This record gives sequence, structure tokens and C-alpha cells, in this order.
Amino acid sequence: MQWNSVSEFLDMGGYALYVWGSFGCTALVAVFEIWQVHAQRSAVLRNLSNELGSNADSTES
Amino acid sequence: MKSTDIHWFKFAAPQNFYFLAGKMWPWFAALATLLTVIGLYISFFVAPVDAQQGQGYRIIFVHVPASQLSMFIYLVMAGWAGFGLAFNTRLSGMMATALAPTGALFAFLSLVTGALWGKPMWGAWWVWDARLTSELILLFLYLGFMALQASIDDPRRADKAGAVLALVGAVNVPIIYFSVKWWNTLHQGASVSMKGSSMASTMLTGMLIMVVAFWMYAIAIILLRVRSIILERERHTDWVKNTVRAEYAVE
Repeated sequence: MQWNSVSEFLDMGGYALYVWGSFGCTALVAVFEIWQVHAQRSAVLRNLSNELGSNADSTES
Repeated sequence: MKSTDIHWFKFAAPQNFYFLAGKMWPWFAALATLLTVIGLYISFFVAPVDAQQGQGYRIIFVHVPASQLSMFIYLVMAGWAGFGLAFNTRLSGMMATALAPTGALFAFLSLVTGALWGKPMWGAWWVWDARLTSELILLFLYLGFMALQASIDDPRRADKAGAVLALVGAVNVPIIYFSVKWWNTLHQGASVSMKGSSMASTMLTGMLIMVVAFWMYAIAIILLRVRSIILERERHTDWVKNTVRAEYAVE
């Protein structure tokens, strides 16, 4: 183990902003992309099921 | 055609690939999670402090994987796009479209983490250096590809126009890769080469594990995205209609 305390770990030898900023941005981008992919899938499924619904209505009327 | 060839081409049909991708992505997601945990542990608790850059060098564990994937995903995207242009296969264009946003995000991350590394080491967030500038052009190529495809309503024409842009832009990737050799740049040269590595072995191990973790993440997310694209583009087929009905019947 190379860290003597939690605060020393968080300080990253004075590079806290840069190191945590880099890892934080990477985590944010991953969270955003996972959300985007799920949102896209639900939107596509919703649109397609609406289309199916309206097609069914038009054939009935 | 030999009978053994058929199995490969079977998955080139969007319908088959949709279900194959659905079975595969959880495995890649699980591997990505596992490798990220191991990689982060090595990054912060095993890899020693750097003699020159202190703890600041630890940015390498996200910067190198993001940069490498931003370049490699572009080549894969251009490859699929070119294949689609040559053989007019439906899945190729869908794959290229699914790859672009992930590649763009990695290019963006490469620039952001690079800026966060450049500030303490060089004293500047940004310099118009060959490596940095060519990586910025890569981000613009991704954004241009996405904007061009989004602006054309007919997906098949959008694929063709995008493919030409992707193929022409591919020349930028070797420029990024070799920029640190060809020009005098502020950006440091490759830490890992055929001749060996200039890093401590645990640093190298940590970096390679993070690279593989990013790979697994990228594959999982691209498989998920291509599934939505397949459903949307094949919306007029019976199998998509049945799949959508089945999805809603479950809920």
C-alpha cells in the first residue's frame, strides 16, 4: 500500500484536480452513454409500438 | 459456396445479428465491470508513483485507453462503412452508425483527460501540437459523420454519404498515431513499443487491463446501440413487429 492516509490518497500528491477530474469525466461520460443507449431503445420501442397500434386502428375503421 | 461458410454470413442478416447481440452484450458488460474494478485497483494501489510526474501520471490509466479506442473505433467504423459501400450489405451501415457516437465520446475524453494532464505537466490546457490537433480533427470527423447521416432521411443514402466521409477521414488516424514520431511535439512519445516498454511493469499491467476494460465496455455499448438501430431500420419487417409486440407483452 502506498498511501498513509485517506487524505493523502485524495490529495494525489497535489494533482487531485487533474487526476480526479480525468477519472470523474470518464465516469460521467460512461454514465451518460449508458443512459443514452437505454433512452434510445425505449424511444424506438415506444415509436414502433405506436405505429403498430395506429396500423391496427386504421385497418379496423 | 462451401457449407461451412454459411454460418458466418447468417449473422450478417440484421435479424440474426439482433438476437446474437442481445445474447452477447451482457457478457461484455460483465467483463468490462470486472476488468474496470481490477484495473482501478492496480491504477491507484499497486502501480508505483512516477519518478518524474509524481502521482499526476495516473491520468494515463484513462487517457491511453480512451485515445487508443478513439482511433481504433474510427478504423472499424470506416471498415464497416467501406464494406457496406462495396457489397451493399444492410448490417454494415448500421454498425458504422452505432460505432460513431462511442468513438466521438472517446475522442472527447482523450482531449479532456489530455488537457487535464497537459495543464500541470506543460503549463497549458491546450497547445496546437500535431498530436493534439490531429486528435481534435478526429473528434470533428466523428461529429461530421453523425451530422451528415442525421441530415439525410433515406438511411441507405445516408450510409453511402457517411461511408465516403469515413473512408476519406481514415487518413487522419495514422497521422495521429505517428505524429509524435514525424514532428517535434510537446506530447510524449509512445511508452509502449515493439522494442519494449519504458514503464514499470505494474504500471504497464494496469494500463493494459484498463485498455481491455474499455474495449469490453465499447463492445457492449455498441451492441446495445446497434440493436435499437436494427429495430428502427427494419421496422417494416414481420420479425420486428413480432419482437416489439413481445417486448410490450412482457411489461
